[in-house]
Order: sequence, then C-alpha cells, then structure tokens
Amino acid sequence: MPLLLPSDVKRDVLIKDEEPTDPSYGCPPEKRSVQELLDAGIINLDKPPGPTSHEVVAWIKRILNIQNAGHGGTLEP
Amino acid sequence: MPVALGRGTRIIRALLQAGKEYVCVMRLHGDVSEDRLREAIEEFIGEIYQRPPLRSSVKRAVRVKHIYYIQLLEIDGRNVLMRVGCEAGTYMRKLCHDIGEVLGVGAHMRELRRTRVGPFKEDESLATLHDVLDSYKFWTEEGDERWIRKIILPMERGVEHLPKVVIRDSAVDAICNGAVLAVPGILRLETKIKRGDLVAIMTQKGELIALGKALLSSEEMYRRDRGLAVKPIRVIMKRGTYPPLWKRRRDKGYKFLRR
Repeated sequence: MPLLLPSDVKRDVLIKDEEPTDPSYGCPPEKRSVQELLDAGIINLDKPPGPTSHEVVAWIKRILNIQNAGHGGTLEP
Repeated sequence: MPVALGRGTRIIRALLQAGKEYVCVMRLHGDVSEDRLREAIEEFIGEIYQRPPLRSSVKRAVRVKHIYYIQLLEIDGRNVLMRVGCEAGTYMRKLCHDIGEVLGVGAHMRELRRTRVGPFKEDESLATLHDVLDSYKFWTEEGDERWIRKIILPMERGVEHLPKVVIRDSAVDAICNGAVLAVPGILRLETKIKRGDLVAIMTQKGELIALGKALLSSEEMYRRDRGLAVKPIRVIMKRGTYPPLWKRRRDKGYKFLRR
C-alpha cells in the first residue's frame, strides 16, 4: 500500500503564456534575508510532548523576538 | 508541528485542512490473532463514519472522514504500533476505540505522534526548540546565518501540497489588494484543479501571493481566455511589493468585485 495523501497526486504544468518577470520587484523565497524570513517563514518544529502547542508558540516568539507566530493544529483538538 | 512566523501565519489555514499522518500505539483489551487484526484494520481504510470523542473541540455529530492508509508496523502482545494517513480532523483516539469495537475485545490509544502535516514530514527540516534557540544565537551573536536558514524555511514550503497558479507581474498588486484573479492574468497552472479547491497564487519568482478558491477547473482555466479563475481568501504578500500597474493601465488579469 503506497503511503500517499491526496495532496501527493502528481500534477503537470500547463503553460498559457510566457513573459519575463521584472527582477527589480519581489524576491525569490530562497534569496530572502533572515530578517525577512522571521516575518515570512515557517519552522517544522519537533514539539516536545510536555508543554501545550500554545506555550511552545509563546516560547518561539520569545526566542526569536517576534510579535506574531502561530501553529498548524494541535494533536488532540 | 509547523510553526508559522509573522505574515507566514496566514498560510496556517492550508495546513489545518491538509492531510495528516500519525504513528500511534493501540492497546487491545483482549488477545486477537494477527490475521483478524489485519482484517479489522483493512475495514477502516477508505470512508469512515466517526463521532468525535467526549473530550473534543468540535460538535459531536457523526462525520465522514477518509483514512488513506494504515500500515501495521509492529505487534507486541496487545500493543499495536501503526502508521495512519488520514483526512484533517480524524480522531486517532476514536479510530483505535472503533477498531477495538470491530474486533470485539475493545481497545484504546496509548500513545500518539503526528508524523506528517501536509508538506511537513519528519525529515531533515525537523527542528527542536534547542535548535531554534541555538541557531538564533549563532545568527545574532556570531553573524552566522547558515544554521538558522536550515530551520526557518520560506513560508512557500508550507503550501507545497497545494496546486499552483502562476500569474503575470502586472496582476500581482491587484491580487494583494483583494482583486479576483481572471484568466488573462494566468501564465502557468497545475493540472487536476477542481472548482472549489484551495490553490496557491504564485509569482514567477516563486513567491506566494495569496491562497484562493478555484472558480474554474484546471481544464477551464487552460482553455478559456476570459472569466474569473481564482477568488483570493487570504492575501499573504504585502501590497506594493510589485508595482500597481492596474492604476495606470487597466489590465485584464484581475477584476475588483464590489463587496
């Protein structure tokens, strides 16, 4: 049995049109500065079992000195 | 557990709806042969009806949930270790209980670990709180950003499981301002999008602009040359990141709807 979720479906790309992108605007994600990542990033956190998700998020905010962070769901909501 | 930072928190919706994988230990309340156990587990693959447990955060009405796979990893007496891929909102505690009912001996869940949320798996990107703290210190105190870059991933990683629609530079700022993406604004798109699907609207540089609801299927977006294609439901990119061409030239790649 393949261990696949529906989102693992293979998708092809359909091209409707092509045009260049202006390099003076925007920034490819991998070229973002660390400062920018702190406002547009995500951590795949290995959550310790004791504290709640909420507490862990509060620690992350304190460690990284940022205003806003949120988690992607608790284990047993 | 994915933790999104700053504006990145706006993609959490995409993760809450995403499929999950768990590894759990089910404790059987009686002895059961391996064959019978396998048979019972097999019955739970596919569509199941589940009533959320007493202690839950949702209304306790029976819900239809999908179990995509159950892999039996190990049997040790009455303890059963299994890997389960399922739809968001499936209760593992209840699944174990219900497998116990089918077996006739009863069962409960002893331990649970989530091993996947949409695009996030237990791989080299997984970081502990210690890693987060250490990498941050390395960056702030020693100016070495190599480690923290391995830990804080671009938020685009959190939408890897969604189908993508890539749009023209000239349509980007309109979307940031809440316009609905129209077909002429689309340069590329992925196949197998159905109407109503959650999709990620991207720039050509690979930046996430917004999450939206598909108003057309992939096929329709590809074949048509006009019409509304994706309605943004959460805008992530800051306004003004791309120039507001729509103020000067009325492009056809988007449409502002009266709300």
